[in-house]
Amino acid sequence: MQKIFRRLTKNPLAWLGMALLGFFLLVAIFAPVLAPVPEGTGYVLGIPERIPREGFAAQPVPPNSEHIFGTSEGQYDIYFGLVWGSRSAFLIGMLVVTIGIVVGTILGALSGYFGGFLDTVIMRFTDIVFAVPALVLAMVVVTVLGQSLTYVMAAIALVSWPTYARVMRGEVMAIKSREFVEAARALGVPVVRILSRHIIPNTLVPMLVVASLDIGSVVLLAASLSFLGIGAPLGFPDWGQLVSFARNWMVGPPGEPLRYWFVSFFPGLAILLFVLGWNLLGDAVRDALDVRAG
Amino acid sequence: MVAHILRRLIMLPVVLFGVSILLFLILQLLSPEQRAVSFVTSERQMNQLDAIIERYGLDEPIWVQYGNWLGQILQGNLGWSQSVRMPVAQAIGLYLPATAELALTAFFPIVLVGVWLGILAATHRDKLLDQITRVLAIVGWSLPSFVVALWLLQIFYGGLGWLEPGRISLNSELALGSPSFKSYTGLLILDSLLNWRWDILWDVVQHLILPVLTLTIISSAQLVRVMRSSMLEALGQDYIRTARAKGLYDRVVIYKHALRNALIPVLTLAGLVLFGLLGGVVITETVFNYPGLGNWSAKAAVQLDIPAVLGYAMFSALVVSLANLVVDITYGLIDPRIRYQ
Repeated sequence: MQKIFRRLTKNPLAWLGMALLGFFLLVAIFAPVLAPVPEGTGYVLGIPERIPREGFAAQPVPPNSEHIFGTSEGQYDIYFGLVWGSRSAFLIGMLVVTIGIVVGTILGALSGYFGGFLDTVIMRFTDIVFAVPALVLAMVVVTVLGQSLTYVMAAIALVSWPTYARVMRGEVMAIKSREFVEAARALGVPVVRILSRHIIPNTLVPMLVVASLDIGSVVLLAASLSFLGIGAPLGFPDWGQLVSFARNWMVGPPGEPLRYWFVSFFPGLAILLFVLGWNLLGDAVRDALDVRAG
Repeated sequence: MVAHILRRLIMLPVVLFGVSILLFLILQLLSPEQRAVSFVTSERQMNQLDAIIERYGLDEPIWVQYGNWLGQILQGNLGWSQSVRMPVAQAIGLYLPATAELALTAFFPIVLVGVWLGILAATHRDKLLDQITRVLAIVGWSLPSFVVALWLLQIFYGGLGWLEPGRISLNSELALGSPSFKSYTGLLILDSLLNWRWDILWDVVQHLILPVLTLTIISSAQLVRVMRSSMLEALGQDYIRTARAKGLYDRVVIYKHALRNALIPVLTLAGLVLFGLLGGVVITETVFNYPGLGNWSAKAAVQLDIPAVLGYAMFSALVVSLANLVVDITYGLIDPRIRYQ
C-alpha cells in the first residue's frame, strides 16, 4: 500500500488531477458563500432548484461587473450556475457510482461465489445492459419516467452497475479458492460472513480504480442528457444544461460573430476540467497499481 | 471454430430477446392510458383511449402483453413515431443512410490518428513525445462531445463562416430532388460520384468536415491508449530483439515486425468503434443538426415520442450485438493463436 502511495505521489499528473478535484471540491463546499442563494428558493438535495435570473429576455449578456461570466439565454447567471453546478456534479457522480458499486458488488459477489445458474443469469443480464449504448438506454428510462434529477441518476445507475458486477465477479472467483477462504469455510463460517468479512474487503482496490475511472464518464453522461434537454429540469444549476443554452447563440450579430462565446465557454471548460481531474487521478491510480489497460 | 461461430450466432437472438424484455419492463412503468397514446396516429383518436387499450390489450396480464408486443416487433412493426409522423421502422430506414455516411467517413481518420499517435507514443516511450500524447489522449477522453462540437461550430460557422451545420445546402438538396439525379445508395458521397455531380460532392464533404473532426477528437483517444500498450508489448518480445540483432532498420522492425502483431487488439476496438458510430452518434448529430438516427432519437426523446426512442434502442442493440459477433469471429481468423473450445 505504501509503495502504491509513493508511486502515486511521484506522478505529476496525479497531482494535477488532485489539484483540479480539490479546487472543485472547495467550490462545491463553499458554494453558499461564493454564490449566495436568494431567499425563497427551494432546494433539491442541498442544491438550489433554480439559478436566479434577471428578467426573461432571451439574448445572453456578456460578462460585466455584476455577472462576471455573463448571463445565459433566459438571463440565468452563469457564475451562479457554475458554482452550484460543481455541487451537482459531485452529487450525481458520487451517488450514482455508490449505487453502482453497491448493486454491482452484491450481484457480482453472488455470481462469482456461487457460480452455476445464478452466475449465468446475472452475467447474461449484464450482457443485455451492455448491448444497448449507455446514452440510449438512459434516454429510454428518462423519456418513459419523465424528467427529474432522481430519474436521471436512476437511469445512469442502471447502465453503470454491470461494470462493477463483472469486475467483482472476477475478483471473487480469484479469491474464493485461496487458503484463508477455504479455512473459513471449513470452520463453518456462514456464507454471508465469508463474503462480507473475508472476500469483499480484498476486492476494494480494483473496485476503487474502476470507480475513479467511472465517475468522469457518469458526469459526462449526466451532462449529455441535460444537454439534450432530457436531464435536469430547466433552470437547475447543471453544467450540461448551461452548455445547451449556447445552441441558439452560435452566431453573433453582424460584425461581431463571436459575441456569445461566453455562453458555452465557461460551462464547457468546467465539465472538461472536472472530468479531466477524475480521469487523471484514475489513470494515475491504475498506473501505480500496474493494472493493465483494458 | 465453426462451432464457436454457431454458438455466438445462437447467443445473438438470446441477447436481443433479453433487451426486448428489459425495454418492455421499463415501458410497464407507465399506466395503460399513457401507453395507449403510443398507438394514437391522429388527434381525433385521443378521446378513444379506452378503445385503444381494449384493442391492443393494454390491460391484459403482463406476459400476454409482452407476447403481443414482441409479435409486433418481429413483424417489423415498431410503432408509430409521433414526432416525425411515420412508422418507426420507416423512420429508421429514412435516417440510417445519413448516419452510415457519417460513421463510415469518420471511421478512417479515427483509426489512422489513433494508430499513428499510439505508435509514436510507444516508440518514444517515457520521452517528451510519449508524455504529450498520453496527456492529449486523457484530455480527448475527458472532452464532452457536445462541448467540442459547439466550440468547433462557433469558430468555423459563427466566427469564420467557412462551414455550416446540416448535411447538405439548400441548393444541392433541390438538385437531389430533380429527376435527373438518381439515388443509388442514399450515401450522398457515392450518389453524387455516380451522378458525376462534383458540386454536390464538394457540398456534402464540406458538411462532413466538422462532425468528422469532432468524432475523431473524441473517439481516437481510446485507440491511442490501446495502440500504445499493445505496441509496447509487441516491442518487448524476443522476435523483436532478434530482428534488431540481425541489423534490420528500426523502420522495418517497427512497421513490419511489431506493428502487425500489435494491431490485433486495436482492430477489435476499431470494429467496436465503427459499429458504435453506425448505431448512431446522438450528441454529434444533434449539435450539427445532421439528419441521422441519433438526431431523430434525441428530438423524439424531448417530445416524449416513446415508440421512437424504444425502436431506436432496439436497433442500436442489434447493431452492437452484430458488432460483437463480427469482431469476435475476425479475431479468431486474424490471430491463429486463439483457439475456441
